[in-house]
Amino acid sequence: MIKETLQSLVGVEIYPIISLIIFFVVFIMVVLWALMLDKDVIAEMENIPLDNDMTYGDSIDV
Amino acid sequence: MDLETFHYDNKIVRNFAWATTIWGIVGMLVGLIIATQLFYPKLNLGIPYTTFSRLRPLHTNAVIFAFVGNGIFMGVYYSLQRLCKARMFSDILSKIHFWGWQLIIVSAAVTFPLGITTGKEYAELEWPIDIAIAVVWIIFGIQLFGTIIKRRERHMYVSIWFYIATFVAITLLHVVNSIELPVSFLKSYPVYAGVQDALVQWWYGHNAVAFFLTTPYLGLMYYYLPKAANRPIFSYRLSIIHFWSLIFIYIWAGPHHLLYSALPDWAQSVGTVFSLMLLAPSWGGMLNGLLTLRGAWDKVRDDVVLKFMVVAVTAYGMATFEGPMLSIKSINALSHFTDWTIAHVHVGALGWNGFLTFSVLYWLIPKIYNTELYSKRLANAHFWLGFIGILVWVIPMYFAGITQSLMWKEFSPDGFLAYPNFLQTVIQIVPMYIIRAVGGLLFFTGVCMMFYNLVRTMLAGTLIAEEKAEAPALPKIYTDPKETTHRWLERKPVQFIFFTFIAVLIGGAVEMIPTFMIKSNIPTIESVKPYTPLELEGRDIYVAEGCYNCHSQMIRPFRSETERYGEYSKAGEFVYDHPFQWGSKRTGPDLARIGGKYPDAWHFDHMISPEKMSPGSIMPPYPWLAEDTYDINDMPAKIRAMTTLGVPYPKDYDKQCIKDMVIQAEKIVANLKESKISVTGDKEIIALIAYLQRMGTDIKVNSQTGN
Repeated sequence: MIKETLQSLVGVEIYPIISLIIFFVVFIMVVLWALMLDKDVIAEMENIPLDNDMTYGDSIDV
Repeated sequence: MDLETFHYDNKIVRNFAWATTIWGIVGMLVGLIIATQLFYPKLNLGIPYTTFSRLRPLHTNAVIFAFVGNGIFMGVYYSLQRLCKARMFSDILSKIHFWGWQLIIVSAAVTFPLGITTGKEYAELEWPIDIAIAVVWIIFGIQLFGTIIKRRERHMYVSIWFYIATFVAITLLHVVNSIELPVSFLKSYPVYAGVQDALVQWWYGHNAVAFFLTTPYLGLMYYYLPKAANRPIFSYRLSIIHFWSLIFIYIWAGPHHLLYSALPDWAQSVGTVFSLMLLAPSWGGMLNGLLTLRGAWDKVRDDVVLKFMVVAVTAYGMATFEGPMLSIKSINALSHFTDWTIAHVHVGALGWNGFLTFSVLYWLIPKIYNTELYSKRLANAHFWLGFIGILVWVIPMYFAGITQSLMWKEFSPDGFLAYPNFLQTVIQIVPMYIIRAVGGLLFFTGVCMMFYNLVRTMLAGTLIAEEKAEAPALPKIYTDPKETTHRWLERKPVQFIFFTFIAVLIGGAVEMIPTFMIKSNIPTIESVKPYTPLELEGRDIYVAEGCYNCHSQMIRPFRSETERYGEYSKAGEFVYDHPFQWGSKRTGPDLARIGGKYPDAWHFDHMISPEKMSPGSIMPPYPWLAEDTYDINDMPAKIRAMTTLGVPYPKDYDKQCIKDMVIQAEKIVANLKESKISVTGDKEIIALIAYLQRMGTDIKVNSQTGN
């Protein structure tokens, strides 16, 4: 039903094509970005959750 | 550099943890009750407030917005403070956020059983509550961004990106889908009608799954999995790709392969290849989680938190594999309207959301209470009960879905439907419903054990409400000539929000513009007329009782459906349907052409006792419809609202609609009297019969007059 209705719109096919192209371009850009990121930065970033953590048994200081 | 001392707010985290657990138990208990009603309808105790059709929205909303919602806030409030090395932006807003959200949940728990609903799945709450949701959600946003802005950690960890995307997308989805015209304090009509309403609603539905059940939980996964395993995520690069492709795909590429096919060949080919590629980010995310545990799988054996996480992440992978498969046309033709869909969502809900929430609770509560978990054995038992529960839940439902669908489609050698009576296909799968309820009971028992375990843990420790932390303040100006653009983006929350919003918005626009073009493009059908006042009243009762939870109004253009139900549904038939009532599940037969199929008296008797008219029926009786009266004085306001929305009633029709209503009601009363049924015209059942008898008849009229 939804598909048939959308098919009846004039020029509707341009929208998925636009989205396909934008998505494709962004996807490629993101992949390149991610691959080009500096190793040290990656190491710094991925350790953010792990540092400065209170663990069980630490003295509690309120 | 000077160290600044500050305190993390653990109390708000604890409060959300309580809410998550308690609402989880409530939501799952309601689920268990309605699952049981599917094979034992009497469990509704004969009263409206506990009947399947009213409780099912309560179950779905409780699990999604109360259980998972509070789970999101719990997980975000704990992790965001640590990731930003800052206390939550405002203590008062934390409190308003918490209590506001609980109040919304309570109002849902009150309004749904009372039959106050908009009739749009997963967006059933009425307009005042919709506004409250928007307000509280914005407060959550202020908390989120306020904390990010005053952070002491330069970079925004990937979890925060997922939180931002969640906030931005849900705001957009909720607002666009909830645009409705109030008729009275607790009644409104959506401004969209028919096909357009369906498009907006399922754009919302699809993306709510993405941005309420998936992205925030991925943010939690990227924080809590490394924490629990005490090692960084497998690949941070992969998480970047995961994030950006996911928000792009979900908001816009996702629904596409469902929607269009009038595409040039090259685009279709690229699209298909791409759809397959799109599995990559989802599975990339899953593998990223699982591979974090590489070389540490021995830990999984001992650590119940990791066990829950491994199953959760695996369930995420399963559900995101199944989702795209279900959107393939030929598979969808088989799966749609059956229990297959229900099984699919429960792999996600029980496995992914449920188990990840449990793992976070088991990890977090001992932490903020500075103690150890009360009983690891009990937690282990919960794990196995839950795990077996999921299997016992979903396997029978896959079986039921496929069985029933094949029965619907089967023809005898003579070319007739092999199972012409819909009820035959229901009775066939009732044993599966029983097994499913057992699976639910196992899962639910596990959750109750967790509740006990957590309470004992809390009693054994003391809450560190204010957890002291130290970090240097962030220097105001920071420039690194070598920095890349993405790093620049990570440091700038405002820009980041902006780009996320743009990404989501472009996606939304690309999808929504055709939707808004539709109104002028739906082929109008001459004979389709607005509902009479009595039919409109009956339609409102249909919505209030939640009939759409079990009955669709959408006959697909398959021979097996046109044979069973009649002419397939046309877009032009729904132009006056505010809201659309296509439904998504056929626990009972489709009703799109029910009009004129049975006499009025049949409907009356069937509503009072479905079992009497169709032995073996699992439909609950609705005797109160013959006792409760509708409010005739509301009708002029409803007619005015419909006129405002573009339904072509004659000028000043609101002044004479009551008269027409009474005339039509008296006709039905007279019909019923002939069958020795005496009832007055002001009863709800009269209006409902008027609506049922109208449904789908406009086209029949057309074919008669056309000859």
